[in-house]
Amino acid sequence: MIEIDRLVKKFGDFTAVNDLSFSVERGQVMGFLGPNGAGKSTTMKMITGFLRPTSGTARIMGLDICDTPLEAQTHLGYLPEGAPAWPDMTPRAFLEFIIRIRGLDKMAARQALGRAIDMTELHGVLDQPIDTLSKGFRRRVGLAQAIVHDPDVLIMDEPTDGLDPNQKFQVRRAIEEMSEHKAIVISTHILEEVDAICSQAMIIDRGEIVAEGTPSQLAARSRYHGAVTLTLDTDLKTKAGQVLTALPNTHIEVTTRGDETSLHIFAGPGGLEPTALLAQVRECMSEQSIAPRALALETGRLDDVFGELTRKARPAAPCYDRPAAPRYEEANS
Amino acid sequence: MNALITITRREFAGYFSTPLAFVFIIVFLLANGLATFYLGAYFAVGQADLTNFFMFHPWLYLFFLPAISMRLWAEERRNGSIELLLTLPVPLSAIVVGKYLAALGFSTLALMLTFPIWLTVNYLGDPDNGVILASYLGSIMLAGGYLAIGSCLSALTRNQVIAFVISVVACFLFTVSGAPLVLELFQSWAPQALVETLASFSLLTHFRAITTGVIDARDVMFFATLIGVFLTATVIVVDMKKGEGA
Repeated sequence: MIEIDRLVKKFGDFTAVNDLSFSVERGQVMGFLGPNGAGKSTTMKMITGFLRPTSGTARIMGLDICDTPLEAQTHLGYLPEGAPAWPDMTPRAFLEFIIRIRGLDKMAARQALGRAIDMTELHGVLDQPIDTLSKGFRRRVGLAQAIVHDPDVLIMDEPTDGLDPNQKFQVRRAIEEMSEHKAIVISTHILEEVDAICSQAMIIDRGEIVAEGTPSQLAARSRYHGAVTLTLDTDLKTKAGQVLTALPNTHIEVTTRGDETSLHIFAGPGGLEPTALLAQVRECMSEQSIAPRALALETGRLDDVFGELTRKARPAAPCYDRPAAPRYEEANS
Repeated sequence: MNALITITRREFAGYFSTPLAFVFIIVFLLANGLATFYLGAYFAVGQADLTNFFMFHPWLYLFFLPAISMRLWAEERRNGSIELLLTLPVPLSAIVVGKYLAALGFSTLALMLTFPIWLTVNYLGDPDNGVILASYLGSIMLAGGYLAIGSCLSALTRNQVIAFVISVVACFLFTVSGAPLVLELFQSWAPQALVETLASFSLLTHFRAITTGVIDARDVMFFATLIGVFLTATVIVVDMKKGEGA
């Protein structure tokens, strides 16, 4: 449904997007992750035909956005960054304009309008000028505009940015409802969002893909993947620490937050399997009759992967003592 | 075609969604009246025609029309809505022409609201209404020329003030090149052909020709070409900015 074919965008000497290729099928929600300035928005602007690529192209339903932009754009719904609209218009007038310009016939138009309004819950504000609406409503007006013609492909640039938790939840639910029949690309820097709604995720940094896979595959690249996290009262920290350091071939990291302390136990190279490690930690605790608040096997942390991948090669970034690259190869295999 | 009409309608309605349109029309009518009756000494001249009314249009338009055209593209860029507009499945030319037609429609409406002066002159005397009609058409064409120039320059920037200033300057140059003062400056030393070429590029020369009551095909062609050239330039500028990413 969406094929990105070796997209490159240069602004003068600066390469914003460097040789990006990927594809998204119907039913998939691709989460586009990356720090600010990584090239997410630039890529989306090229996919939707707003920016002309320096080289490469994007195909929407097999239609080349550079060669046949109008045909490709009929299949597209696009929510640009910041959900721009014409501030003097009311949501009703705005959506009717979009419907008319997309050439829907009368019957289809009425249904489309009703469905988009239902989905984004705009009923109460339909006749207020858009610039008098709250940020959340404005974002939903933008979303309604993007989905009103029931496009096959939906591109959304930070659809939940600046919304309160309830509004975020609503927008995510709307995206989930639609995802079955569409190919969707969303950009975000909210990592929980990727876990919540994306079937695929891609981390880009400085215009290049640094990691891709399902959200859990990406999380598994985290150094926390397979580690055991033990949470207990801070009073018991020293006692538990002494016991656990006795375990062979492991190392421990401690984080304390008030009266609660977490110990992360990592197996060393060639050390115990995660489940065996968990069993061993549990055994140690019961031997010493320490009652933990929580004991869990980590599946990995997306924010950790994100941080490492997008910070590691930046000259100004803090130095990491762990060699980053080989670890991912291990995680991959 | 559907897209063109839809865009023109939205843009035209956009003028009236704020009080700005009404303020603009009122000030335009006041300025027109002041120019005609005060500067043009309408009553003192003692002639039942509208020469003194149309005479000031090029100079009034010089400031009023860039105020309309400055927002055509600059505002879309600043507002971010340009991204929405240019990713709709609509040819760029339809957007450019639709916006332009809405602006022209609005300025024509403002011009039409000067009809009381036409009623007045018909009440006071027996004017040549054919000349007046030709002059009104000429005035619309003149406005069309200024707006096309303004549209192109508005597409160059995201700042409306800059768009306004450069549009006034550009329109001024296209007007003043036909003013007697400038032409006399050249007449003393430049060959006649150069002076005529210079004058022929002026909106003023062609507008004055039409206001005599003769709609010459050459004058109409001049305005049509001027508008066509600047609207094409607008399409090119907007398209070029797609490559730049501005």
